[in-house]
Amino acid sequence: MKDLKILGVVVFFTLVTYWGVEPYAHSVMHKHVEFEGFKYKDLKAPAKKGDPAKGKVAIAACVSCHGIKSQGIKAPMDAVSASAAYGVNPPDLSNAGAVLDEKFIANFIVSPTHAGLVKKSGMPAGMADAQGAADIAAYLKSIAPKEIKPKEAFEFACGRCHAVRYDKWTQIGQTPKTKADIKTGVDLKKMEFDKKVGQYKLNLAKYLGKLPPDLSIIVRARGEHYLKTFVENPQNLLHGTAMPRVGVSNEGYEKIYKYLEKVGDPSKPKREKVGPIVLLYFVGFAFLAYMWYKSQWKDLH
Amino acid sequence: MAHFDPNAKPFSHKWLDERLAVDTLQKVLSTEYWIPKNINFLWAMGMILAATFGILLLSGIFLLMYYIPDTKLAFDSVNHTIMGEVGYGWLWRHMHGVAASVVFLIIYIHMLTGIYYGSYKRGRELIWISGMLLFVSFSAEAFSGYMLPWGQMSYWAGMVITNLFSLGSLNLNGLVEWIRGDYVPGQAFLGRFFMLHVLLMPLIIMALIVLHFGTLRIPHVNNQDGEEIDFEEEAKKWKAGNRKESKVIPFNPVFLSKDVFVMSIYFIIYFYLVFYHFEFAMDPVNFDPADPLKTPPHIYPEWYFLWSYEILRPFSKNAGLIAFGFAQVIFFFLPFLDRSANVAPANRRGLFKYWFWILVVDMIVLTIMGKVPPMGIYTTIGTVAAWTFILLWAVLPFITKMEKPVRGSK
Repeated sequence: MKDLKILGVVVFFTLVTYWGVEPYAHSVMHKHVEFEGFKYKDLKAPAKKGDPAKGKVAIAACVSCHGIKSQGIKAPMDAVSASAAYGVNPPDLSNAGAVLDEKFIANFIVSPTHAGLVKKSGMPAGMADAQGAADIAAYLKSIAPKEIKPKEAFEFACGRCHAVRYDKWTQIGQTPKTKADIKTGVDLKKMEFDKKVGQYKLNLAKYLGKLPPDLSIIVRARGEHYLKTFVENPQNLLHGTAMPRVGVSNEGYEKIYKYLEKVGDPSKPKREKVGPIVLLYFVGFAFLAYMWYKSQWKDLH
Repeated sequence: MAHFDPNAKPFSHKWLDERLAVDTLQKVLSTEYWIPKNINFLWAMGMILAATFGILLLSGIFLLMYYIPDTKLAFDSVNHTIMGEVGYGWLWRHMHGVAASVVFLIIYIHMLTGIYYGSYKRGRELIWISGMLLFVSFSAEAFSGYMLPWGQMSYWAGMVITNLFSLGSLNLNGLVEWIRGDYVPGQAFLGRFFMLHVLLMPLIIMALIVLHFGTLRIPHVNNQDGEEIDFEEEAKKWKAGNRKESKVIPFNPVFLSKDVFVMSIYFIIYFYLVFYHFEFAMDPVNFDPADPLKTPPHIYPEWYFLWSYEILRPFSKNAGLIAFGFAQVIFFFLPFLDRSANVAPANRRGLFKYWFWILVVDMIVLTIMGKVPPMGIYTTIGTVAAWTFILLWAVLPFITKMEKPVRGSK
């Protein structure tokens, strides 16, 4: 009985200390931003519903910079030249409708800086009027694949500014498998690729003011809630950042997070599998230890 | 001249006993190492600490196989190689990180238990002092280990803490550079902290653990009432079979059986933390690689250093350093600042009872204030708590001098 009373005192003071240095201190240090479900309430929905058929015609204005691989339209420039021209490589639009919010796309086409909440954008404003933009958005939705892979969602929304070195992802694509010359150790193909990535990074850093961080373990560094609210509106948490609001939809974000978690916290499935076994082992151990303790102390008092 | 039986079989009991005195050793260290019967589960903290140190050592050996002490590679060797590529590398790292944090919780419980029951007096002064040496060594071990992943908090905490050695207005920048091996933390810095963490500090800690056990053997462990026990007399009763009447029990197996049971409960909690709640021991900021050009908005040490860090913060530069130095060493002097002869639980010791509980609460307040940013009301609370800490130690000799003898104590 006395042991339990003492345990209560120890546990109480331990929990107070924990509460103070973890939940409480962090609530003081970090501004809490409420998650709004990627609704983009500040943006207006188009007056009339977009017409995909009209959008298919209007998209002609876009393909002078963007490719749409799924429709057989190739990007006019390679990533490095595009970054030299626009600061960042314009994305291929095949998956845009699968990752982005439709209302957001329509607003973005009218004014990328207004929708993206940034001062400048490589994409010019006014590529279509409000209705034309809504048609293009509807078209992009209509050609989007039903199901895309988590990594594809990441590639489209984040992967042209952010590298993921733990997954060998660079801003211009996957690092190719190359072979070094066996006699000299020289790997010219790799050096050529590295040079391209380097040139792209320089262009990107010039455009954004700094090189965006590698996202390999961003899930451990920022946590689920921060990432979600940051992607929803970067200005809320990092005022003045050059990162635009990307405009992902709920489903699009879930895919992106799934990819980041797989790379940044690869042990999660294993932890969930091994954890219960280890705990069960120690519960059994505790039971045996208790029996031994009772047998040793039974005739002492 | 020792006697060696030429007919004893090699490695037989007799053969070993003649050469190693295994019988005597077993008696002295185990079966006739007498422990008072009147104890509670807090008496198991020592063994829990030994077990946790074992976990740290073992997991550390595995981590050491893959860790690379190079400023360019360290971060990825931890976060990619160990966490993603090595089989169960994540488990060793989470065990190591959580144990490093939990070991301090147990150390504080162990220390406060010693203070509460007066287990640093009447022949037990060296137990206390060797224990404090262990505390300081564990602190150095923890700090040096925190540098190794070379994340943002490693780098900037390393910067801030080594800066303290300029000793305020003395401006001993040469000393700081000498400690760092460079103007700022870099390769030389990482290399030497790596050495400290994996070799020098563990050696010192292991030597001190032996010393700590050694200091315990003659004065024996204290008990819940601070009663002075005639261990030889009580041991005789036990050996005569009077298990009930004897006030002592042998370390092995009786005391050990309770220790192992308490330890098993501890392991359940510890592994729960390892698998489901490790974030508290692994600061998210340290998952950003070290960046000398970007100071994090909040720099703070791990939770177990916060109380002494907070004693540094509210004062001006020089006064803060003096207060910090005071906090680092004052616990060593406890056996001599406590002027009362009473060895008894704090709640039977008059004013000391209040002294103890104020100390506990004050250290928790300091810990929390050490983490929140120093602004507004937090600065005020921190300053009051820091002064309270200093005053507590200033009044200790006086309130203990006035203390009346407790019944049963000499």
